[in-house]
Amino acid sequence: MQKLAVHFWSIFFVAIGLAIFSHKVFQLGMPVVPDATTETWTIQAKLSFNGNGRNIKASMAVPNITPGYIKIDEHYISGDFGLNAKVRGDNKTAVWAKRKALGEQILYYRTTITRFNVATKWASVPDYPQAPEFVEPYATAVNKIIEDVRSQSADTASFTYELINQLRSSDKNENISLVKSLARTDEQMANLITKLLAVAHIPTRNVWAIELTDAANDVIPEVFIQSYNGDEWLTFNPKTGVSGIPKGYIVWKVGNGSLYTLKGGDAAEIKFSVTKSFIELLEVSKLAAKKDKAILGKLTLFSLPVHKQNTFSLILMVPLGALLVVFMRTFVGVQTFGTFMPILIAIAFRETQLLWGVILFTVIVFIGLLIRLYLERLRLLLIPRLAAILVIVVILMLVISYFTSRLGLDRLLSISLFPMVILAMTIERMSITWEENGAQTALIQGFGSLVVACLGYLIMTNEYLTYLMFAFPEFLFVVLGICIWMGRYTGYRISELFRFREIQSSN
Amino acid sequence: MISLVNPFQLKSKGILGINQRNSDYIMRYNKRSLYPLVDNKLQTKQLAISAGIAVPKLFATIKYHHQRKDLEKLLSERGDLVIKPAHGSGGNGVLVILGKVGRLYKTPSGDLMSINAIKHYVSNILSGMYSLGGVPDHAFLEYRIQFDPVFEDISFKGVPDIRIIVFRGVPISAMLRLPTRQSNGKANLHQGAIGAGIDLSTGCTTHAVVGNLVTTLHPDTGNSISDIQIPRWKEILQIAVKCSDTVGLGYLGVDIVLDRTLGPLMLELNARPGLNVQLANQRGLLSNLQTIERLENIPSSIDQRVAFAQTL
Repeated sequence: MQKLAVHFWSIFFVAIGLAIFSHKVFQLGMPVVPDATTETWTIQAKLSFNGNGRNIKASMAVPNITPGYIKIDEHYISGDFGLNAKVRGDNKTAVWAKRKALGEQILYYRTTITRFNVATKWASVPDYPQAPEFVEPYATAVNKIIEDVRSQSADTASFTYELINQLRSSDKNENISLVKSLARTDEQMANLITKLLAVAHIPTRNVWAIELTDAANDVIPEVFIQSYNGDEWLTFNPKTGVSGIPKGYIVWKVGNGSLYTLKGGDAAEIKFSVTKSFIELLEVSKLAAKKDKAILGKLTLFSLPVHKQNTFSLILMVPLGALLVVFMRTFVGVQTFGTFMPILIAIAFRETQLLWGVILFTVIVFIGLLIRLYLERLRLLLIPRLAAILVIVVILMLVISYFTSRLGLDRLLSISLFPMVILAMTIERMSITWEENGAQTALIQGFGSLVVACLGYLIMTNEYLTYLMFAFPEFLFVVLGICIWMGRYTGYRISELFRFREIQSSN
Repeated sequence: MISLVNPFQLKSKGILGINQRNSDYIMRYNKRSLYPLVDNKLQTKQLAISAGIAVPKLFATIKYHHQRKDLEKLLSERGDLVIKPAHGSGGNGVLVILGKVGRLYKTPSGDLMSINAIKHYVSNILSGMYSLGGVPDHAFLEYRIQFDPVFEDISFKGVPDIRIIVFRGVPISAMLRLPTRQSNGKANLHQGAIGAGIDLSTGCTTHAVVGNLVTTLHPDTGNSISDIQIPRWKEILQIAVKCSDTVGLGYLGVDIVLDRTLGPLMLELNARPGLNVQLANQRGLLSNLQTIERLENIPSSIDQRVAFAQTL
């Protein structure tokens, strides 16, 4: 019964931890390695025009909803124009205005984006369109086509697909050839498809998207068609009929208007350019976490002030150290002074680095033991004796710091953070163990403590593990689950395999 | 190369490991609220006296530092006694005083201690030097065991004692613990004392280990340790069973000494008895533990349980 509960809780906690972890990795795209990078694209839209000396107002669509991508950064370079950017429906429009502008004017909009998988929700819900009027002979042809397509489709999606397909087909169908002659350019073709869908009372709109390449100037936005099926917007490529926004395209604007409008000027021209670069994945996920409305996204330690982050990254490693102690004691059977003392020593080693830490620890404990031996003769009471040892430890540390700094070994100065109380307790415990259980036990336990402390140091300073614990504190649940599970380990310790080795010899 | 035993072999020998002892036996059968009864030797002693179990006579209790001034009087009255911490474990903190030599006191190692040294020793006990976690403790003075002559040839200073593991009121394993020079007169196996397995049915010693190694001779006296008949064996088992009934712990270590005039005396109880008894007997505890776990009814009379133990 208990065993069942233990298994339940350990699996429960491990599962929770891993579930949050995988959500963050697969949904929020948090990297599992600290320095993973990802591609970013910087897209620049350059709007140039001639001012003719009057009130001028230029507006340009800028990306708002970008399926498959996330905006990391955006800038407007407005010169001396006043800027007003606002979101309306699914679009965002930048409006630049100036009282008087003469001659060539250039406005820039620049955004950096990166791949990011997050469910997109188009906000706007369209009205059902009025069927447009076609003049004969087009009207008949259009009706015929719509009829054909309708008979070959089941829903909005398949209707749109079928319609585009028919228009693209090279069959010698008179109706289609006739209607096709209405559109010469791709944009006109897109508009034609929109009109035809309106005849079938399917709401549609255009989507302007820009292809993301390694580097390109004068990128021409491509037009896609979205049809509304009463529930969501479905995107189609008017050239191929393929549904969905193709990979490698970022949506710039949705809706039927043009990409920019200009009042009070002429010779307007818009130019897009794309450049690719790289960014640390972690930056992206931090950003994504901020934008994510889910509570899990908000619960990130990256939003803490930097100095607090450092404290937390240390605190989060302590449970891993504890896990190591549990493992070393219940599975291996290493003897240590105190349960978690090795972990405290390991934390102290962070300041001094491993080798110096071990040397210092050994030297201070050794000298401390000698002095403790003498104090024993003075017959001091326990607590004052402990305090005396503590003072001696502090003196030892001062002396060592002084001489090492004289020798130019500045690193050792940092032993000021070495836990004096821990050292004093170690000396006291070690000397009692020495007297009570003999030198062998004392040395075994001292050595055991040092080994566990070294391993603890290696684990707790491991950059990868530090990153993992900090980026995914939910691993604390996993650690908790493992601790609970290890708490019911009833098998032998490795040390017992040694201890009972003589059992073999008899039968 | 360190030689290790195959864990499956240990399992097949029925060896109980520490992890299993803790989780399957101590945690399951020993109620934590009963621990103070055995962890505090003064309480154990009182409990035993009220249950009619023979124990070494308590001379005095020292609870506060100022009471140390009575030490000199107590020591000169008795001359021959043992000073113990109420919360000591594994024989730690036990000071044996054999008698007065001039103004000094003689210890078994031959060292002489001044009254001030003894006072300091007691104050260390009171400060909690030997108690778990350094909690302030009490010291007590009790009768020094004059051990039975049967152990004369096989112990080195100190007093040999008999450790009996009692599970659910039935003795399941026993060993004789013999002090050595290495153990400094203490009957603690971790400190180098010898553990000699005792056949439950006959009360004769079988195998012996020193440390974790099998031996047949006492390393200091050179005498054989096996096939020594423990006198009054049945009586010893009965005391062990009675202790288990009195204290109510399901998995208990009972330490009994054999005094040459007073016979078997219960020295102390242990709620977390060690596992060396398995090495001493060259036999794991698990088979007996499981036999008794399977029993639906454990006989209520002490004699029946002792008899049952002797068939294990």
